[in-house]
Amino acid sequence: MGTQILFAILAAVAVVCGIGVVVSASPVRSALNLVLVLCSVALLYLTLNASFVAAIQIIVYAGAIMVLFLFVVMILNLGSPEPLVNKLKPQTPLAVVAGLVLIGVIASVVASIPPQASGRLLPEATTGALTIGLSLFSPAWVFPFEAVSVLLLVATVGAVVLATRRAL
Amino acid sequence: MVTVAPTPGDYLPLLILILMGAFIAVLLVALSWILGPKQPSVEKLSPYECGVTPVGTARDRFPIKFYLIAMLFILFDIETVFLYPWAILYRNNAYLSRGFLLGEMTVFIAILFVGYIYIWKKGALDWE
Amino acid sequence: MDFSQFSHIFWSVPTNEVPAADWWIDVLRAFVRILVPVFFVLLLVPPLVWFERRLLGFMQQRQGPNRVGPEGIVQTIADGVKLLMKEDIIPSNVDRTLYVLAPIIMLIPALVTAGVLPWHPSLVWGAGAPNVDIGVLYLLAWSSLAVYGVVMAGWASNNKYALLGGLRSSAQMISYELGMGIAVVTVVLISGALSVRDIVFDQSAYGWIKDAAHTTAHHAAYTWGIVHKPWLGFLNPWHVAQFFPMGFVAAFIYVVAMLAETNRSPFDLPEAETELVAGYHTEYTSMKFAMFFMGEYANMVVVSAIAATLFFGGWTTPIAQLDQWDNTAVGWIIPAAMISAKIGLGLYFFVWIRATLPRIRYDMLMSFGWKGIFPIALGNLFCVAVSLTAGYWAGLAVWIVLAVGALLIVANLDSTKRFTEKTRRRSVLGLYASAQPFQMPLVKTSNGAPPVDGRTAAEELVK
Repeated sequence: MGTQILFAILAAVAVVCGIGVVVSASPVRSALNLVLVLCSVALLYLTLNASFVAAIQIIVYAGAIMVLFLFVVMILNLGSPEPLVNKLKPQTPLAVVAGLVLIGVIASVVASIPPQASGRLLPEATTGALTIGLSLFSPAWVFPFEAVSVLLLVATVGAVVLATRRAL
Repeated sequence: MVTVAPTPGDYLPLLILILMGAFIAVLLVALSWILGPKQPSVEKLSPYECGVTPVGTARDRFPIKFYLIAMLFILFDIETVFLYPWAILYRNNAYLSRGFLLGEMTVFIAILFVGYIYIWKKGALDWE
Repeated sequence: MDFSQFSHIFWSVPTNEVPAADWWIDVLRAFVRILVPVFFVLLLVPPLVWFERRLLGFMQQRQGPNRVGPEGIVQTIADGVKLLMKEDIIPSNVDRTLYVLAPIIMLIPALVTAGVLPWHPSLVWGAGAPNVDIGVLYLLAWSSLAVYGVVMAGWASNNKYALLGGLRSSAQMISYELGMGIAVVTVVLISGALSVRDIVFDQSAYGWIKDAAHTTAHHAAYTWGIVHKPWLGFLNPWHVAQFFPMGFVAAFIYVVAMLAETNRSPFDLPEAETELVAGYHTEYTSMKFAMFFMGEYANMVVVSAIAATLFFGGWTTPIAQLDQWDNTAVGWIIPAAMISAKIGLGLYFFVWIRATLPRIRYDMLMSFGWKGIFPIALGNLFCVAVSLTAGYWAGLAVWIVLAVGALLIVANLDSTKRFTEKTRRRSVLGLYASAQPFQMPLVKTSNGAPPVDGRTAAEELVK
């Protein structure tokens, strides 16, 4: 019961802030709303007993990626308080249709979950750092794991090349 | 000493703590808003630039260096995040050998370190 | 309600009791528990400001505040009341919501991080939230959110200095977060635990023991390491002394990163008053300004407590045999006194550093974070991992090899050479030449006449 009330509150916060991301006139406010969405999703993970994932969600998404977003918004000087002009008017009906399709897909998936399985707490042993590590670092997943580092390497090089293009 | 398996209920104090911290912070702001005098004037409300009339806009563009630092921070932060489950696993398992885990992580870090040397050589870490 | 039951809940505090079955008792206990860290941090801020000013005065051979109350100890309270009664100015053209929210967001992380730090091993009373299994990740998550208060204050203020200060500060904070995160991973690796409570137990003479029954019930594929430390003799089990140079280096990296994270001297670039007025809180007045101030000092208390907990043994005593945490008055006072003393030493260290070191330049700050702290932390972590697998001496050998290699590389860097051979000589001699009250003798050319451009001997040397 308590978990359901908590879920309702957190879901409401996430949805309201998600709407805030879309409708905010100032990009900086959109970004800050997105931070709130990510934090409430992290709290939702916490109610599912997935505390490690919740912490990583905050550290990586809210603590690193959103800082980059804010910096980019400020670098592009989009942060001025004047409202943006909507240059993509023709897209609006398309966006509505696409959104409705997405809602339908998600609803069908949610409906297919048996009711007793939804909102169930995961046992602690399947969500802790140890279990995640055990599958992540097992011999079966060595190659994907090392591939991640190659991906990060490519991203590093890409970031430097993009930012220092004039110097090349 | 018995360590009890954590439950979501163990996070209840943290929830109360966050609410209490927010309450104290909001209370302080509200108190000063209520207690302080209010005599605004145009000069008082203008931005402070050492007593001179403000020149230009305050929200100017700034160097791309900050973007680069934030981007590189994300990449190495993700690397750090991988280290946490690895460190826990390294100490607490009888299933995977430590030599294997160490080699796996060394290769991972070594590949990333190539990128680190690249950005160092490229001068992306220099701040003129 | 029966009063005897009530008093039982509050004052009978069995050390090993698991949380009670009734939910409201849990809530009540949670409230009482979290009041301890919150009030510890909040009530320590005014004396801390006084302590810093008096200590700085002592170190700089002057008085410091000494008028209001005995030895001036009420000075901070008087300042706080004064700030509370001042006009709360919201300048024109600011983003009002973010402007008001920024100081609030600044203060919250400092208050809520204290919640997982134990001051006693008791599961019921020992910390705000003693049984959180991701303890150190919780701490890191909040410290990564602390950037937002700074960015919001800087951006919302509509002031060039505030924006620059906010950007500098956030770039500095994220840069040093890397080294800090890896130093914390080192602790996790040494102790094998994420929970702050277990990390402190790892630094006591007994180590930490995961309940064996709890293990078998879950996963058959792994077993929790059952660590039982043998008699350690004179060796201190604190993490700062583990694997000798490595634990110390990790602690050093954490301490440097904590100075940078709290924007304290010598890393107080965001508030460099000679360049940026006051940095991101230039436009703030009244209690909102005081909240940035409070946030900074509360943060000092909290990061000192984290350093004490992760590296300096938390509530344990330096001599492991003196540790006591049974349910007696002594068993409650010793751990609380130990963690308080360690926090106090950490705060003294903050002030000492401020009185000693000059502020460093921003480019040096960023290179120190990225080229110094980060690779050192990573190499150090590798050596700890090697020590755990191949034994301490192998780890130490790798450490020495890495350190010598790094020193050789640094000594051969172009920039280092340039600095040592040219810049330093030029700057010292140039200063010497310009400081002379009289004209230096002119350089003699081969025919005895002074050179055309009139260079002095010192300038000739520099060239």
